[in-house]
This record gives sequence, structure tokens and C-alpha cells, in this order.
Amino acid sequence: MVNGGETALPAIAARGVNKTFRIPEQKVHTLKERALHPRRRTAYQTFQALNDITFSVSRGEFFGIAGRNGCGKSTLLKCIAGIYQCGGDIWCRGRLSTFIELGVGFNMDLAARDNVVMNGIMMGLSPREARKRYDSVIDFAELHDFRDLKIKNYSSGMLVRLAFSVAIQVDAEILLIDEVLAVGDAAFQQKCYDVFHAMREQGKTIVLVTHDMSALQRFCHRAMLLERGSMVHVGEASDVAERYLEINFGRDPEALDADGEHGGDGDARVIDVWAEDARGDRVPAIPQGQRLSLQVLVEFMVDVEDPQAEVQIHNEDQKAVLVASTWVQHEHSGRFSAGERVQFTFSFDNVLAPGRYSPVVNLAHRGSGLDVMDRYDRGFSFLVRANLPMGGIVDLPTEVGIRRVDSAVPQSTDVERELSA
Amino acid sequence: MSATEAIPYEELGRPISGPRALTSDWNRFWHLTFNIARIQWKLRFFGSALGYLWQLMRPLLLFTVLYTFFTVIGHVGRGANARLGEPEHFYGVQLLSSIVLFTFFSECTVGAVASVVSQEAVVRKVQFPRLVIPLSMVLGAVFNLGLNLLVVLIFALFSGVRPMLTWLELPVILFVLAVFSTGLAMLLSALYVYFRDIQPIWDVLTQVIFYASPVIVPLSSVQAKLSHTLVEVYMLNPLASTFQQFRHAMVNNATPGIRELMGPVWICGMFAIVAAVFALGFVVFNRSAPYVAENL
Repeated sequence: MVNGGETALPAIAARGVNKTFRIPEQKVHTLKERALHPRRRTAYQTFQALNDITFSVSRGEFFGIAGRNGCGKSTLLKCIAGIYQCGGDIWCRGRLSTFIELGVGFNMDLAARDNVVMNGIMMGLSPREARKRYDSVIDFAELHDFRDLKIKNYSSGMLVRLAFSVAIQVDAEILLIDEVLAVGDAAFQQKCYDVFHAMREQGKTIVLVTHDMSALQRFCHRAMLLERGSMVHVGEASDVAERYLEINFGRDPEALDADGEHGGDGDARVIDVWAEDARGDRVPAIPQGQRLSLQVLVEFMVDVEDPQAEVQIHNEDQKAVLVASTWVQHEHSGRFSAGERVQFTFSFDNVLAPGRYSPVVNLAHRGSGLDVMDRYDRGFSFLVRANLPMGGIVDLPTEVGIRRVDSAVPQSTDVERELSA
Repeated sequence: MSATEAIPYEELGRPISGPRALTSDWNRFWHLTFNIARIQWKLRFFGSALGYLWQLMRPLLLFTVLYTFFTVIGHVGRGANARLGEPEHFYGVQLLSSIVLFTFFSECTVGAVASVVSQEAVVRKVQFPRLVIPLSMVLGAVFNLGLNLLVVLIFALFSGVRPMLTWLELPVILFVLAVFSTGLAMLLSALYVYFRDIQPIWDVLTQVIFYASPVIVPLSSVQAKLSHTLVEVYMLNPLASTFQQFRHAMVNNATPGIRELMGPVWICGMFAIVAAVFALGFVVFNRSAPYVAENL
């Protein structure tokens, strides 16, 4: 990718970048206010949007930035683009094209042509070059029929198409692209993908901000994960994607792991619940596909005979995805005396869809299971990680086959055969 | 390149500077200013049947009202003072020229006040020299001034004004007026980002300035009321100086110019005010430019 000499220098480098916004508690927006209360000190809250960001992007690299809303992605992009003044140093070597906050800075009262030309001039093209570019921009955006319409009459999809087209149809060496995949229909998204592929081939340097982890993994050589303005991780796109999902679903793990609620007659008590991976390590998150063991530690307060333990694994929609109980395999679980501690294990191949799960544990006396000794809820949750959220509740191992069928109406023969049988 | 590899920062050259008022790429600066001005101009007249005529209507209508009121009712520019070779001769042309100049001044400054804020969409998304915005406002006003002056010229020739050698002074006068207006345009547009009541305040102030400058009132009336020193103070106002000198140089040499009205020290003082306003405007704008995008 990089072959020595001049090109070994990064296209973008940032060293110790930080950005603080001052948010006045009372916004003084008029001279009158100032004149009437000259001595009133306006109190400021400072908000550290970026904190000591250091990274570099090589020439020809596709670099992703991921992070939750408000983590500072767009602010970082604006600092690189030279729109915000920030602390630290940023180097940008090459002409820059930006696509920020779903646009490139359009004047809503102008037709597409004026906007495209104006934008070109802002990027540093001469007016002639900018005018030449216009046709290819309109071509790409597929807006021939609306070329003379004021863009305030454009639909939001058309607007984004035009903006994206403007951003990429400039002969820039570095592209900063923010959340383009979040909007637009499937056809447009496919077009974006095609463009990304093409640009990757051309060896352009691209910084892509996205929430779409599959796109991140598909295109980005490397990526960065931001959290509350700080760099959490820089590295392989797949690692970043995994960490992103972890952060996204696993917010405030302490709060979730607070004291659970107990119910029942109290003849037994759930002491602890945790998840173990295949190696038997206690983990807060488990990748999909691995063996997962839920461990439940119970202390009995009185002597009991053949108690039942049941776990219900609830997903984020509070649906029980999996219910397992001792009475199926261990109807006669045994006799336990007061003060005895017992560990129940529920193991399964983890086919759960990525997300957060909270098990509910029921301990009951022998019988129907309704005579509850302890019902332990909201005490513990674990995370399932996967690269590609497919959308189902579980991701069962599925074999997908494709077979070319020769005849023109293949189904009918089967049906006829069935009918005649 | 791996992430851990040390980056030779010193070989990268200079880091980017963030948003600035100016740029080292003057070509781009000029193209931007010119095209924003051009597009704003186009925008203003787009879709109106009379187009540019509307732009002309405002000063002409103001002129008609004022001219009618002051000559017919107020008897300004009539009688002994208005004969050939007297200061109020060609009062109509004098009045129109001052109105056109004042229109330029108010277009620059009133237009510039909200200019940076109204270009928010662009300011927040593209890196470009911020000074382009108020300057394009001034440039647009220059386009209009050129056309309006053409009308003044036609009106003057029609009224009987003949070309004079002092017309050579006119570009210098217009330049001084433009520098003064640009200074205020920069100052106001930068302040408006922080103080949104600049707009109504400036609207009122321009009215005050209009009447405090020799637009309607011929200077002979001012001289009749004020002592010589007070007239000099009055003429310190760069608008008063430029308007009056313009009348003197373009329309009627008999109406006093600044050399007759104020001593050389006072003239220098007037130039100093122009320079100071320009410098102040630039410094304020330059200092606020890096933070405009986040304070909108």
C-alpha cells in the first residue's frame, strides 16, 4: 500500500488534538443585556468534545471513525477540515473534500448549478474548472430533470445525493465523509458502496464516519473508536466494530449489575449469577457461536428436597428467548440442607443475536414450579457480540444453498407431481 | 504504515491553521468574493420582471420625494443661492449623487450585518477565508453603485453639468468611501455573531447618519448655523467629507469642497478615522473568524 519515499508520510496526522466548547449557562446574545448588566459574569460550562486525539492516516488508506452519537466524531472531522479551531496539531497533505452533517454547504435559494459551481470555487477550483465539473455531478446525482429547480424544493434524498455527488466529484486527494450511509434509499446506498470501492482502488485517502459496522468492516483498512471525546481504540476495523457494539449495548454496566430484585418465600436465595465462556472464564460479553455457560450460585436457607432452578434469558425487548430448567433433565435434583451452597449450570451454543440479555432465575420447591423460593431479576446481564446483526432474535446456524434450475417454470412440475400422487 | 510506527511530524510541514479570515491563496479569495457577490446579485433580481430597475427605484424614489419636498416646499436650491456659479446650483444632481452614495454605504453595512450568520450553512461545513462574506457584500454594493452612478451621470449631463477636470478626483473619493464602508461591514458582521441586537441598532443608526450627513441639507445651510470649527467637526464624519467632496468635484465646483471647509489637520483627522475604522473592523473580524463556526 505504501511504497517508500515521499509517500511514506501520512496523508492526515493529528497530534494531541483537543477541542473544548464553552457553553454559557445564560446566553447573552444582545448588546442590551451587556449594557444593562455589565458586571454580570456569564458563567460557562466547558464541554470537552475532543480529548487528546492522536492518530494518522496513510496515503491511500480507508480509515473509519465509529462512536456513539455525541462522541465527537463530527467535531473531529470539522477540526480536520479546518472549520473548527482546535488545540493540538493537525496535518492534512493534499486537497480536501468534505461531506459533513449531510451536506456540503448549500444555499437553498439557488439552483443546483450555482451551488455546484460555488462549492467548486470554495474547494479551490477555478470558476472554469468548477463549471466543467457540473455535468458529472448532475450525472452522478441523477438529477437531470431537476437541474433548474431551486434546491430548497428538492426532497431530502435528492439533496443528499447532490451533496454527496459534489463531495466526490472533485479531484481531491483526501475525502472526509460523515454519515452518508444513514440516509438515502437502498439504490443510493449501493451507489455509495460502489464509489467507496472505486475510490479504494484509486488509492484515495478516505476518512469515513459511520454507525454502520458492516460497512466499516467492508471498506476500512483501519478504524478508530471514539467515546466521550476520547480515543478508545485504534486498529483493525473488525476489532473496532466489536468494541463499538460492546459500548453501544453495554452502556453503564455497573448500573445494570446493581442489586437484583428478589422475590418468593425466601427458603433459598440466589447469591450470584454470571456467564462463562468456553474456557470457563467469567466474562461480561460473549461472541456469537461460542459455548456459553450461565452459572447460578444458590444458598438454601432451609432443608429442601428436589428443588427446581430455571433461567429465562430475556432480550432487550423483555422477550424470553430461551428458558431452561432443571426439572427436564434433573427432576430429582436431590436433597439439600440449610446453609448449603449449590451451583447450577446452564450451557448452550450461543446462537443469540447480538445485544444485551438479562437472565431471570427462578428457584422453586418441588412440584409445579409455582411455589417460588426466590425469583432473582435484573441482577445481571451479559452481552452477545457479533459482527453482523442479521435482525433475527437468534442466529441459528443456517445453510444457504443456491441452485440453478433449468426449466422455465420449475415449480409447476413439482406441484403437478404432488397433485397426481 | 502501522499505527505504532513513529510519525516524523517535523517532515510534515506546517500543520493546518484552522479557519481564518484570510488565505494565502488570493486567486481563490477573489474568485470566491466575486462569485458570491455575483450570485447574491442574481438572487436579488431573479424572478422579478423589472429586475435591476427595482434596485434603481429605491434611490430614485427617495430622490423624488426629497427633491419635491425640499425644492417646492422648502425652497432649497432656489433663489439667489441656486444661480450658476453659486453653491446650490444643480441642487437636484447634488442631492441625487449623495443619495446614491448613501445607498451604497447603507447597502454595504446593513447588508453585511447579518451576512456571516445568514451564510451559516456554508460556514459550518466548508473551510474558506471568512472575510470573503462581508467583502462580497461590499462588492455587490459596488456593482450597484457603478450602475447607479451611471444614472447620476446621465441625469447630470441632462441637467446641464459639463465634464470637469475635477472628475479625476472621483475614483479617489469613492475609494475612501468604500474603505470606510468595508471597515464597518467587517466590524458589524463580526459583532452580529455575538450580539444579535446589532441589527436593529444599526438600522436606527443609519437613519441618524443619513440626516447627520450633507445629503438633503446643502452645506451652505450648515455653514449658516454652525461656527467654522463646528463645521470642521461636522466634516470629520467621513460620509460628510466624501459626499460633499463628491458634489464639489462632480457637480458644481462652486459648492465648497473639503479643502475649503476644513484645515489640513482636520482632513488628516478624517482620513485617520477612515483608517482606524478599517483597521478596527479587520482586527475584530480577524480575531473572531476562527470561532465563527461554533458560535453561530
